[in-house]
Amino acid sequence: MAVAEKTPDVAAAPAATRRRRSFRPHYPAWLVAPSLLYYTVFFLGPMAILVAFSLATQRGFGSLSYGFDTSQYRQIGSSLYLTIFERTLLMAGLGTVATIAVGYPVAYWMARYLSTYKMLALLLIVVPFWTSFLIRTYALKIILDPHGYLARDLGINILYTKYAVAVGLVYNYLPLFILPVFASLERMDWTLIEAATDLGARPFTAFREITLRLTLPGVVTGALLVFIPMTGEYIIPNILGGGNYEFVGNLIGDQFNQAQNQPFGSALSIGLMAALSVFVIAYILVATKEEQFGA
Amino acid sequence: MRKRRLTAKHAFTAWAVVVYGFLFLPILVMAVFAFNKPSSAALAGFHGSNSCSIPPAQIGNITVWNGFTACWFSAGLHDPTYIPAIVTSLQIAAVAAIISTVLGLCAALALARMKPRLRAPFDALVYLTLVVPEIVIAVASLIFFVQARNYVHAFPSLGKVTILIGQVVFNASVTMLIIRARFVGMGDVLEEAAYDLGSGPLATFRQVTLPRLMPAIVAAALLSFTFSFDDYVVPAFTNGTTNTWPIVLYSAVRFGLTPAVNALATIMLGITLAAVIVTAVMLRRSRVRVGPQEAPVLPV
Repeated sequence: MAVAEKTPDVAAAPAATRRRRSFRPHYPAWLVAPSLLYYTVFFLGPMAILVAFSLATQRGFGSLSYGFDTSQYRQIGSSLYLTIFERTLLMAGLGTVATIAVGYPVAYWMARYLSTYKMLALLLIVVPFWTSFLIRTYALKIILDPHGYLARDLGINILYTKYAVAVGLVYNYLPLFILPVFASLERMDWTLIEAATDLGARPFTAFREITLRLTLPGVVTGALLVFIPMTGEYIIPNILGGGNYEFVGNLIGDQFNQAQNQPFGSALSIGLMAALSVFVIAYILVATKEEQFGA
Repeated sequence: MRKRRLTAKHAFTAWAVVVYGFLFLPILVMAVFAFNKPSSAALAGFHGSNSCSIPPAQIGNITVWNGFTACWFSAGLHDPTYIPAIVTSLQIAAVAAIISTVLGLCAALALARMKPRLRAPFDALVYLTLVVPEIVIAVASLIFFVQARNYVHAFPSLGKVTILIGQVVFNASVTMLIIRARFVGMGDVLEEAAYDLGSGPLATFRQVTLPRLMPAIVAAALLSFTFSFDDYVVPAFTNGTTNTWPIVLYSAVRFGLTPAVNALATIMLGITLAAVIVTAVMLRRSRVRVGPQEAPVLPV
């Protein structure tokens, strides 16, 4: 995603020179029609029904009548559900910070110190994606098991706690963060660092003033790229939290699987999107501001 | 000065080794535990001839090492639930990859050179499909499919087709972005030359645009296949009674499993790695013949 976002600007440049051309090849606009139709029916359609359901009233088990009933949304405001929202955002935030702390040095190491084995190192970062997400989470469960070596011999017994959920989050989303950050570190001009140190800057000052600033857009993109799916996470809290540490995603799933309270589940979904949109809008504002000032 | 840089490098390398260890330890555990025996207590109470035919409920604790056996591989390959589920997942992922790539390719071609003002609403829609959490797409698709089936009789009931429809939303956006990045990046000089030399639009597409887009198209299709094959959340809500591999895995992880699951996952990882290595070798050979090429769009 991040890779795709960056490229158009680069390539828009030759088109902008606007020299006179015999013919400017372009493809007909109707080629968008199939995907536009698809998104309208199978994405906007479900979203519209979701909104309608969230305002409907539950009548008995599994049947409902449409209307403008905001009681579902008021129910989210009760402390029990607000706690789960708070916990989800907090855990996703902490998970993102931990992912940055773990992943940034690795991306830095690849971009700065590797040459021959750079692509191999990058490939190894993606290899975990070729094993089922569920199997890897299950393997983490084996590692963290109370009867396992980690718990018995090292005394780290964290399965079914928030710490296990945090480890699972970082583990699963780490590659997704490293890739865009590596891409922005790859564009770094390391001679700037040399110049700074030659002029007497300490290595850390040079890093803070140059490397960090130049790669910040990549870090922010990567952070958002992992924060969003972490907030909607469903499997990790279920398997590693053992039901003790539910996220909003689990709460939504329960309304459709067990409770059959679809209006409330729909309202929770809208609530989750509303919470997320705050962060996405903040990101867009920051990104456009940076573009304007050419940072 | 020189000494200091060396220690910084060492510190980063050490950290990278730790992180790679963290990334690969679970995969190693998965492969090693594919050779794990049932617990000795469970074996004592089990009277079958093949210790790998022991049901998950009686297997005892298999999260600790009980001893070596290789029989889970054959048990997994003959399992009546796992194998059909894997086949179903492969079918859905293949069709999802084809549909998403075609949709993504068409949209990418039209959008890349469209006026920004016309493009913006479509772009917003695409980013929306990526930003909305998967669980929300899953439940929204579920209620949509149920309602659609209620009102339109021809609409398929929950099953393979609805899983596919739900997954293509996200996948088509991903394929579009990958293909468009490549298309925009390669510029239109060669296409212009083809036109100037008298080639028609279709011939230009087939002989100039398509071959140059191929790496991105293949990368997009593979990524879409991977996403679809490994996806649990959308199928979990839109599957009806169809079982996909992740659905079977999830209930196995929650309600009890045998190392046959590890064995199958290990086999699949082995096949994937072999395929990647073969592809890499072939790509390297063709690159030598064709000469230098543009960098791949995604390092996947």
